[in-house]
This record gives sequence, C-alpha cells and structure tokens, in this order.
Amino acid sequence: MGSFAYFPHTEEDIRVMLERIGVKSLDDLYSDVPEEFIFKGEYELPVARSEEEVRAWFKALADKNTELKVFAGAGAYDHYTPSVIPYITSRSEFLTAYTPYQCEISQGTLRYIFEWQTMICSLTGLDVANASMYDGPTAAAEAMRMCVACTRKRNTVVASSGLLPNVLATLRTYARYSGINLVETWEVQEAVAEGTLDLAGVIVPSINKYGIIESHLGLADLVHEMGGLLVEYCDPSALAVVKSPAEWGADIAVGDGQSLGIPLCYGGPYVGFMACREQWMRKLPGRIVGQTADAEGHRAFVLTLQAREQHIRREKATSNICSNESLMALWCTVYLSLMGPEGMRKVNELCYAGSHYLHDQLLATGKFSDPFEGREFLKEFALQPLCDVKKLQQALLDAGFFGALETEEGFVTFCVTERRTRDEIDSLVKVVKEAAL
Amino acid sequence: MKYYDKLIFELSKPGRIGYSLPDAFEAACPSGACRPRQATLGLAASKETAAIWREAPLDLPEVSEPDVVRHYTNLSQMNFGVDTGFYPLGSCTMKYNPKINEEIVSQFNGLHPLQPEVTVKGAREVYEFMDKALAAITGMKHFTFLPCAGAHGELTGLMLMREYHISRGDLARTKVIVPDSAHGTNPASAAVCGLDIVVVKSKENGLVDVEDLKPLLGPEIAGIMMTNPNTLGLFERDIKEIAKLVHDCGGLLYYDGANMNPLLGKVRPGDMGFDIMHLNLHKTFSTPHGGGGPGSGPVGVAERIVPFLDIPKVSGFHGNFGVILRACAYILSLGRENVKLAGPLATLSANYIKESLKDCYRLPIPTVCKHEFVFDGLAEPNGVSTLDVAKRLLDYGFHAPTIYFPLLFHQAIMIEPTETESLETLDAFIDVMRTIAREAAEDPELLHGAPHNTPIGRPDETTAARQPILKYSKIIN
Amino acid sequence: MSKIIEGLLYSESHEWVKVEDGIAVIGVSDYAQAEMGDITYVDLPSEGDEVQAGEEFGALESVKASSELYSPVSGTVVEVNSELEAAPEKVNEDAYAAWIIKVRMSDEAELDALMDAAAYSAIAK
Repeated sequence: MGSFAYFPHTEEDIRVMLERIGVKSLDDLYSDVPEEFIFKGEYELPVARSEEEVRAWFKALADKNTELKVFAGAGAYDHYTPSVIPYITSRSEFLTAYTPYQCEISQGTLRYIFEWQTMICSLTGLDVANASMYDGPTAAAEAMRMCVACTRKRNTVVASSGLLPNVLATLRTYARYSGINLVETWEVQEAVAEGTLDLAGVIVPSINKYGIIESHLGLADLVHEMGGLLVEYCDPSALAVVKSPAEWGADIAVGDGQSLGIPLCYGGPYVGFMACREQWMRKLPGRIVGQTADAEGHRAFVLTLQAREQHIRREKATSNICSNESLMALWCTVYLSLMGPEGMRKVNELCYAGSHYLHDQLLATGKFSDPFEGREFLKEFALQPLCDVKKLQQALLDAGFFGALETEEGFVTFCVTERRTRDEIDSLVKVVKEAAL
Repeated sequence: MKYYDKLIFELSKPGRIGYSLPDAFEAACPSGACRPRQATLGLAASKETAAIWREAPLDLPEVSEPDVVRHYTNLSQMNFGVDTGFYPLGSCTMKYNPKINEEIVSQFNGLHPLQPEVTVKGAREVYEFMDKALAAITGMKHFTFLPCAGAHGELTGLMLMREYHISRGDLARTKVIVPDSAHGTNPASAAVCGLDIVVVKSKENGLVDVEDLKPLLGPEIAGIMMTNPNTLGLFERDIKEIAKLVHDCGGLLYYDGANMNPLLGKVRPGDMGFDIMHLNLHKTFSTPHGGGGPGSGPVGVAERIVPFLDIPKVSGFHGNFGVILRACAYILSLGRENVKLAGPLATLSANYIKESLKDCYRLPIPTVCKHEFVFDGLAEPNGVSTLDVAKRLLDYGFHAPTIYFPLLFHQAIMIEPTETESLETLDAFIDVMRTIAREAAEDPELLHGAPHNTPIGRPDETTAARQPILKYSKIIN
Repeated sequence: MSKIIEGLLYSESHEWVKVEDGIAVIGVSDYAQAEMGDITYVDLPSEGDEVQAGEEFGALESVKASSELYSPVSGTVVEVNSELEAAPEKVNEDAYAAWIIKVRMSDEAELDALMDAAAYSAIAK
C-alpha cells in the first residue's frame, strides 16, 4: 500500500501490529462481517489530490462565486470581524479540543463558555444562559419546547408572524413532530387575551422581519396572567441599544450570535444563544458551565447540571442536543470583549445612521413608498416598491449590490451595517435612480 | 499547562477599548442618534416609542486589544487538543484535523446565504460534490446538509422516517426500537420527534438479541435506530436478518453514523439495508471539534425516502457550510484510495491496543473489534475506579478515553485510537495504562487523588450542581 | 447495611410510606440515597397534581445520574417538601426525616401491595 501524510503506519508498523493481534492481514479484522457486505469495488471518488491541487480546486470554485456589497439581512448580517478573532479561534488548543468533559485539562474551553454565558446574560438581562445552540432558528424551536416542558400540561405556543421566515419554518418543523399546537399570528396580544388556548408560551421578535423595533408593552403581564411563558427572539448586536428581553418581562431569550462578528460564510456555522430566568433554569436545554473549586481551593469551572441532558436523562431530557457551536461562542466572546459597551453602541449608531440615510435617499428616488412611516428601525428596513422588483434586483446585482430582498407581502428589505460606506450607499442609490424599473 | 485564573471581566477598566470603528457615518443625518426619530422630525416622542430603547446598563468588559489577545492565549494554554496529544475517546473519532481544510474556508466568507444561485455557483458545487461523495461512500442516494450535529441529524432522520409513514397513511407507527447499548442522543432524539422508545436487549456477546427483537415488532413500529459497529465496537453480524425483520413489519432502518470510521473502505450502510442515516463530519470526516462544535450531521437516504428529504426545515440557512467545506477538502485530500484505508487502519490500531492491555484490564468481550472496544475497569481494581484511571491518564499527558459508557458495563472504558496515531503513540499509551494498573496495585491513594499535574485538581461537582454559579459577578469573585 | 425503620411501608423502587390520617407521607429509603450518592436536586411535583401508584412523580438528581421517583399510592399531592429545593442534601443526611411529598390517597387498599420493614430488608441490603 502507498503511504499518505495523515496515516503514520508503515508496512513494518502494520506487520508488528498484526502479529500482536494474531491475524495475517487487515482483511482478517473484518472476518466477522458477512462476505456479501464487504465492499469490493472502488468508491466513485476522485483520486487523492495534493495540497496544491486542493488549493486550486477550491480557488476555481471561489472564482465561480460573486462577492457582492451586501445590503441585505434577513437573519445574516455583514458586520465587521476584528482581526484578532480568527487568530484566537484558530489556536489549536481551542480548535482541536473535544467537549470539556475532562475539566482538569479543558479549563480554557470552560472559562470562555462561562464568559459567553455571562455576556449573553448581560445583553439579554436574564439570569442564566447555556453554552450555545446550533443557530437562532433552532434555539427558538428549543425555547418553544421548553415552554411546554415548563408549563407541563399545556401544549399551545403562539408565534408572531413578524418573526423571520426561516425562524417560523423551523418552529413549524419542530412543532409538527413534537405535536405542539403552534399558532402563528400578527395579532399576538389579541390571540393571548382571548384566553381559549392552553397557553404554554408566546414567541415574539425584538426586531421584526421588516426591521421594525417592536413594542411589547403589557405583553409579558398578559402572557403570565394566562399561565404561559414569554420568549423573545433577538439580534444580540441590537440588544446593546434596543430594550432587552428582561426589560420587557420575558422569561426566555433566544437568537443568533452571527451578528457578533461572525462572517456570512454562505449561512454557517453560526451560533444560537438561549437565556432564561432563574426559575426555569432546570429546564434549560444544552450544556451549562458552572464555577466551583478543586480540593486546594483553586477556582475551577465544570460542566454542571448535567442531569438535565441527553446522556443522563435520555428520552426524558428536554432536548437531544449534544455538540453545539462552542468555537463560534468563543468567536462572539472575543468579539464582545473587544467591542465592550462603547463599541457595541457605536456599531449600532453607525448602522442606524447608514440605514436611515439609505432609507431617505431611496424614498427620494420616487420608486418606493414607506409602508411603516413613523416606526423605528435600526439597520434593516422595508419599503413598498413602486417599480418592477425583478428589474430592481437585477440592476443592483449587475452593479455588484445584493439587496432589495422581496418579502411575502411584496415589500423589499434593505440592510445597512457599519461596513457600508457612504460612497457605497450613494452608488447604490445612483443605480436605482438611473435604472429603467 | 500553567494555571491562569483570570476571567476577562477581571481585566476590565472603564475607558479601555479594544475595537476599531469609524467615528461616525459620513453623512449629515440623524447620526450618533439611536434616539426616537420623532424627536428629529419635530414630532412628539410618544411614551410608547421611547419605550423601545434600552435603559438597563450594558455590562460588558472594557479591555484593550493586547490584553484580550493575551487573556485568550493564556486560556488556550490550559486546554488539551488533538494537536497537543492523544485522545482515545471511544465514539468520538478524534482523528487529526488537517490544516489545508482550514486554509480553504475564508475565501467563501463574503457570501450571504440568500444570494441568488447564479452568484454562488461555486458554493453550490461544493454541495453537489459532497452529495455525490457521501453517497458513494455510504451507498445512500442523496443527502440533506441542514443538520448541524450528529444528534441534529438523528432528529432529522427520524422526522423523515415519520414523513414516510405519514405519506402512506400509516399513522399508528409511533414507536422506535433502540438497543440498550445506544448513545443517549438516540432516545432523546426520538422523544423530541414525538416517538416512544422500545428497548431491545443485547446478548452476552454484546450484539443485539434478535430473539428479543422479534416480539417487539409490529404495526406500531416506525423503525429501529442502530449503529454498526455498535457502541462496544462490535460488528452487528445479524444485520441482514434484523433488516429483513424490521422491513417485513413495515418499519425503516436508521443508521447512527457516529461509528462510521471503521466502515470506510469496507462496508456501506446502504448495502446493509439502512434506509436513513446521518454522518458526523466532525468525527469520520476530520473537521475539528472546536471544544464542542460546530459540527455537521448530514442525513442520507435511500431512494424511497428521497421525496421527503426537503420537508424538515431544521436549521436557518444551508447548514454549517464552513464545516462542510472542511470535510470536502478532506475527501479530496484522501481520494478514493486513502478513504479505503482509513477504516482498516483505525481497526488495526484499536485491536492492537486491546490485545496489548487485556491482561491488566478486564475485557468482557474478547472477540475482534472494529475501531473501538470496551474494557470493564481494571483486571485487579483494588478499589480503583475507572474514574481514577481516567484522571491519572491526564497526569501522563493523555486525554482519558470515554468512561462509564456504554451503560452495559459499570466500569466501562471505551478506547478508540483512530488511524492517525503512530505506533509510538499507541505504545506510549499502552505503557502508561500498564503503569497505572501497577499503581493501582501498589499505591491506590495516588489514583484516588489524581490528577496531580494539571492546572486544577478534581473539582467539587456536587457543590457546582447544588449551588450553581453560572455567570460572573463581582460579588462572588 | 442500610437503615430501615419499622412501622413504615416500602415499595420495590425504594420509596417509604408513612400513613397519617388518610395522608401518605412519602420519601426514599436510606438504601436509595446511598445508591444515588450526593443528591444535587430533587425534581418535585406541584401541589394539586394527581399521582398514580407505580408511576413517576419526580426525580432525584446527582452529578452524574438521574433517578425517577415512583409513587407507591394513587391520589392527590397535598404538600411538597419545598425545603428540598434549596437543600437537597437533606435526603442524604436523613432519608427518613426528609419526606418528599404528601398524598391524599384515593384507595387505601393499595397499601396492601407494599412491603413491611422485614420484607424490604431482603431487597435493601
């Protein structure tokens, strides 16, 4: 057999090992496999590529992609990534580490997760956060399940139609198989106030899919009166300036940490977060890191409250989650450490200024009207197009811009982050003005 | 490893910044604002609109860039990774994470997931390649790449199982059979999918007891979840009969791909009769564990399940593309000839360790294993538990194997070396395990108190659970 | 040898019952707490919950395990021992003093299916 860079065993090594085991060939190690199942063909795969060939292969693919100036959001935001972050997350002690079950040699992982938990609690204002979920939409689905687990015999969850489409799609999927009665509506308060539902929970967005910052005045009290829990789906970056879930009286907060400096990377890996009030702590899914001490009194961190999880509770666990998105949680933790409260406020101020500038300029072209006049938005906003949407999207694409995402109701959305300069915005507006739409 | 006890919050001082942003947006506009727009338009700010802005303080650390870098660098030095040393963790397949895989990712960073397909042809080609490659390796027809982890893949696979039965009006199928040796995610995933569990027993030789399976089968069975080799590292040689029995009663077979590694080059799950399966790209396909993710758990299906593949929307966009890219680079680097060798070499290494240590550790099932095997504690424990052995291994610079799983053996030590460890590493591990066995006989107290050479000793997990401290607060610290 | 108290009734799943005026006071035996090790949490039902003989009503958690609690009798939970929320270790300290729930029985005949101290000592060695 030929040698390969990742396989250290030489012919001699193999001979020594076979002898210790007492068999003649590698094939003998599979003697307990029925002959008919032994794969005797060749895999329909290419032959091995050298590193240079692998580089070329991916470069060729990358050349088939078009990087655009991103003026869209819808759950994935083009924020700036500080140079420090990939340098830290690519350290092999973080990158190639396993889940920190052996805590004595995993204090690095455990401590950054503890920091992440703390920062998520700061942003949301809630008491306890877990070590991360797969992404925002699945975190919302887990929160839906958690509402049912916390209220025991109740089975209805009301979800706002203002949640992002991909969040609703994931909620629908999990509800379908869990047998949860998911009620989608724009009129959340009315649906809850009717009082006819066996209400386990309500899920509303902090900022809805049109970019509008929502007011939830009175909602928490109403939901609690009806015996349910309130869940808020949030953009963690925006939480630096918009009212936090705790301030709204929410019980659980979920969302996606992608807006904390994680690159778009065609959709993943991102990271979901989940936080809750202390009274619901025992039903929080996922891993949780806690602080303790060793026998000599050294501060030590360890995975704790494990009796909630699948490897102990098995079918009685609230969730089946095992691996999560730990390294992406590190990404966000470093991001938040660098940004601090001032950086987070500044990011949002820049987004606010840029988006409002674009908003006004687009309206001034006469090709849009404002369906949400008077409503506050942060970085994303929706307009009513008075022009051909397909032609608009194509004109933007031809000029290297990605924006004007069309919503179900026929609006178009734009998003401006701190990465978009005034020149870029002016160029986009020029394209819109001059195109025949 | 040196003990470094700071948390980032303890390096914070008001006025320090670590970010780099332009001062303000360059146009005259409501800037520096984040105040209700009504104020600038001359309209009265209503109590309601003012109420949408945050009033609570934002408690985040204020640290300068050099201190942030130093802090996380020091934290990393209290961590053990595959690049540091040997991780014989059964069921985790901690093989080498190639660096070329890392290099090729960032050129795809700028792509928004909702960009029109014509602008992301290269990204779509990665999915097409992976679909074909994984189908070739597993014998399944097509894959969905939405699941972000193995357990997520299990859940998705079970959703597909239910969709198949629902489409045929077969609504009574609400139970799934799981062996008593199964990983905890199997029953948990079934529960999340609205299915009840029925447990099938294993025989003394560790394999699924077909006679115990037969009476469990009936019209309420949606299917069976199995891994092959099983969690004891043994090939389920009755799989043909099991497949026939389950299919005959109208159920489907689900393959938990966590143990796929030894099958590379030798067996394809599709050929064994499995209808649905998941793979763990962060196990079999070398993507890094990252301390607990991100992973990727693509789900592959046989022809008759393909129509349902796009129904479950289990994540927000296209799955963990960055992880899929790394696995793609791995498959290209190995090529068909080396994928074929990975399984046999992993199996060789596992059997070598088993044969080398079976005199000082109890080997409940002495037959040939695949990529992993289980010891049931020391041959002569002398009061030394598996936990003690695991903790002592840390002192010698090895990560412990998987312990206390599967539940079948009370002092279980599950060892999986993978194919990327040299003979010298395996021999060093064997030597240390022998040393520990000797220490157990001569100085058990040493083992009860292990580890001694790590940044911290055994933590008080009882207090951690009874009085949870789950976030930083100045008061406690 | 685990501690067993005369005058109490015991279930096969190691719960004890003390009957007081139609109310069953329920806890776990010394054997059970020793098997669990350090108890870190007691998952309690709520007052007003219905319980069934032989079915789960809660759980004991330790660092590495979780053990279901099965009700020896059917009826309505009239009181739960909320002290155990903050101090689950009381079950380890004195399993017979640390009652868990009190149930108004719906069918006192179910007590006949339980073991007395002598019979229980055979399984709780």
